[in-house]
Amino acid sequence: MAEHIIELQNVTKYYDDNLVIDNVSFYINKGEFITFLGPSGCGKTTTLRMIAGFDVPTSGKILLHGKDISLLPPNKRPVNTVFQRYALFPHLNIFENIAFGLKCKRVENTYRNADGKEYTKREKLSKKEIREKVEKALALVDLEGFEKRSVATLSGGQQQRVAIARAIVNEPEILLLDEPLGALDLKMRKEMQIELKEMHRRLGITFIYVTHDQEEALTMSDTIVVMSDGVVQQIGTPIGIYNEPANTFVADFIGESNIFNGTVVGEKKVRFCGHDFKCVDDFEKGDAADVVVRPEDIVMCSPSEGDLKGEVISVVFKGIHYEITVKVGKYEIVIQSTEKREVGDKIGMKIAPDGIHLMRPNYTTNLFDGVITKRNTVRFADGEFECDVTQLYPGSHVDEEDYLVLPSGEKLDLTDTEVTVEVGLNDITISDDEDAGGTTGHIISIIYKGDHYRIIVRTEEEEEDFVFASEDLWNENDYVSVVIPKEKIKLTLKHPEEHKGAGAKAEVQS
Amino acid sequence: MIRLRFSRKTLGIPYAVFLLFFVIAPMFVILFYAFTDRENHFTFMNFVRFFSDPTKLSTIVYSLVIALITTVVCLVIAFPIAYILARSKMKRKFVILMLFVTPMWINFVLRVNAIRELFNWMGLLGETNYFNTVFGMVYDFLPFMILPLYTTIMKIDNSLYEASADLGGNAFTTFTRVTLPLAMPGIMSGVTMVFLPSMTNYVVSDMLGNSMVTIIGKFIYEYFGTDWHMGSMVALVLLIVVFVSTWASGGFKAEENARGANL
Repeated sequence: MAEHIIELQNVTKYYDDNLVIDNVSFYINKGEFITFLGPSGCGKTTTLRMIAGFDVPTSGKILLHGKDISLLPPNKRPVNTVFQRYALFPHLNIFENIAFGLKCKRVENTYRNADGKEYTKREKLSKKEIREKVEKALALVDLEGFEKRSVATLSGGQQQRVAIARAIVNEPEILLLDEPLGALDLKMRKEMQIELKEMHRRLGITFIYVTHDQEEALTMSDTIVVMSDGVVQQIGTPIGIYNEPANTFVADFIGESNIFNGTVVGEKKVRFCGHDFKCVDDFEKGDAADVVVRPEDIVMCSPSEGDLKGEVISVVFKGIHYEITVKVGKYEIVIQSTEKREVGDKIGMKIAPDGIHLMRPNYTTNLFDGVITKRNTVRFADGEFECDVTQLYPGSHVDEEDYLVLPSGEKLDLTDTEVTVEVGLNDITISDDEDAGGTTGHIISIIYKGDHYRIIVRTEEEEEDFVFASEDLWNENDYVSVVIPKEKIKLTLKHPEEHKGAGAKAEVQS
Repeated sequence: MIRLRFSRKTLGIPYAVFLLFFVIAPMFVILFYAFTDRENHFTFMNFVRFFSDPTKLSTIVYSLVIALITTVVCLVIAFPIAYILARSKMKRKFVILMLFVTPMWINFVLRVNAIRELFNWMGLLGETNYFNTVFGMVYDFLPFMILPLYTTIMKIDNSLYEASADLGGNAFTTFTRVTLPLAMPGIMSGVTMVFLPSMTNYVVSDMLGNSMVTIIGKFIYEYFGTDWHMGSMVALVLLIVVFVSTWASGGFKAEENARGANL
């Protein structure tokens, strides 16, 4: 078994009041090339910064070789970082930049004194040693002879190499790379990817790499940690993550995907897009499932042979393949193929069982904690919604003074009653008009599911999420208001036994 | 209707005229007076008289020492404040910075008088003349040190501190090898802005030093009451001293001007 060089145990990090890392645990094997992958704001850079020592976890532990280093300052860790925008020292030349770490370093040398006794001294590296190491590092990044140049005279790619040389010259056990290729152009980036991979092989140390570029992650990594919303979504090899995404987020983020809502109709049989398909995942009959099909796993054939039939509505040339969008009934399916089709062609499609991936749906309904207000509306998720409070007590009605009247004639004042609010995935709509709905928030996720979008809106203060299906295309980060029809808000009492007392009190007041 | 078109060159003319009449011409006037006598004949006498008079030489030395102490004290006080304010994530740090700077907006004479009264009340007036002078100058010139330092340190990218720590630098190495060299342009411009007025601003030394402390500016003032020729010579010597010290400290380097904080 490989040695765990770094282990995160239940690490949580808050910046001010914002939760950025939510109880994350995983380990990293020695010598591995591991990538933290996720969209911006997913917590990948924060995780890296905690390993580097620039940030301290709010709770949880970071272990290096099994020892807790959570509070160790960065200069005491055998870890070096290649920064996002290089962070080269502008007042130092290339040699001095790379030698910076070596000049800080103290090594223990053993000497023998006149009496023959051994003693150790902590000493600086000699000028000669430093020069040799810097030259070696410069050679490794192909920048021989650049010692005297100033940082400002280098191109982006060269600065990148200096930043790498400055880190690896210290012979760290772990090299941290924070989106190091982000500022380079595409061609340069591809070259550096290969070089970094090669460097990893030669140095044999652990690389921890942070990127939002899924292709980069797939190309370079031994292991990928997919993160979103401060949570690890999936850890696995590039092949494993691509072929067996753990959930719709991973499927959507890594590569292109067709995602559908499906129902399991039999043993290893799933129904989606109006057809029953054989699959390899064994779910309980009747279960709902998210179905992921990669565009390259869909095979085109003649309409008569296909499981699905449809009409081509768009064809885009992508270099190696065509991206063909087909309309099947109300669903849109994306296919990648080296064969060309014309818009308007009627085609058939087949999907092999191992091309169909079933996943447990992340969301089945929306649940919130709410409170009934004076006006018999319900307050939750930063907002206030009209609702039907009579559903809490069967047969009751509301009188003109806003009291709830039970069939027995007993009057209840529902103000401040705690309730659980349930809203179905199909019962929410959103609007541009901020005042149209009960609350407002930003769209944090949009996933296309063949015939509709699954959208998540997060409110600003309480950070409650509304998950729902929508026919309309919105944009991530749109600021919208959430509209829920009165009759679609399902309420249940949180503490039914307590409320009887409150009812008695209301009677006394009235 | 007349169409007016200005090229960049024509826009420069008023400034050129200004410089000619108010900077270059007066310098020649000073030069002329410094090397002439009362009959307007060319002479080196003023020069010789100046450098053979021990009182004048010691005044120069005193002025330099006072200016030097003032500058160093200002720097020592200003650097930590500027550093802390520039690096803090405090939302209201601007207010604190303003508090340090607002005395600049209050009449200078009023401020110096206030300190004079304070010293008088404490019984220090006329007792500790040099201390009083330096204290007054530090009080007056501190904002000129804080502001350029603050702007320069603000501009230092936070990732550079992190890079230094990452590469094994402790707080001390990070300060001496990253913060200090990168703050140098700000230090230089702060030093220039404090050092020069402390050599010449005799209002402070007169009022707080109880007229017992004579700095070079006072000298010039007094000579221009009686002998313009000698006064011009002292002014010329001061100009050269300042020029040499600025040049020696690298204040003319274009590269540092490019970093923004130099004036």
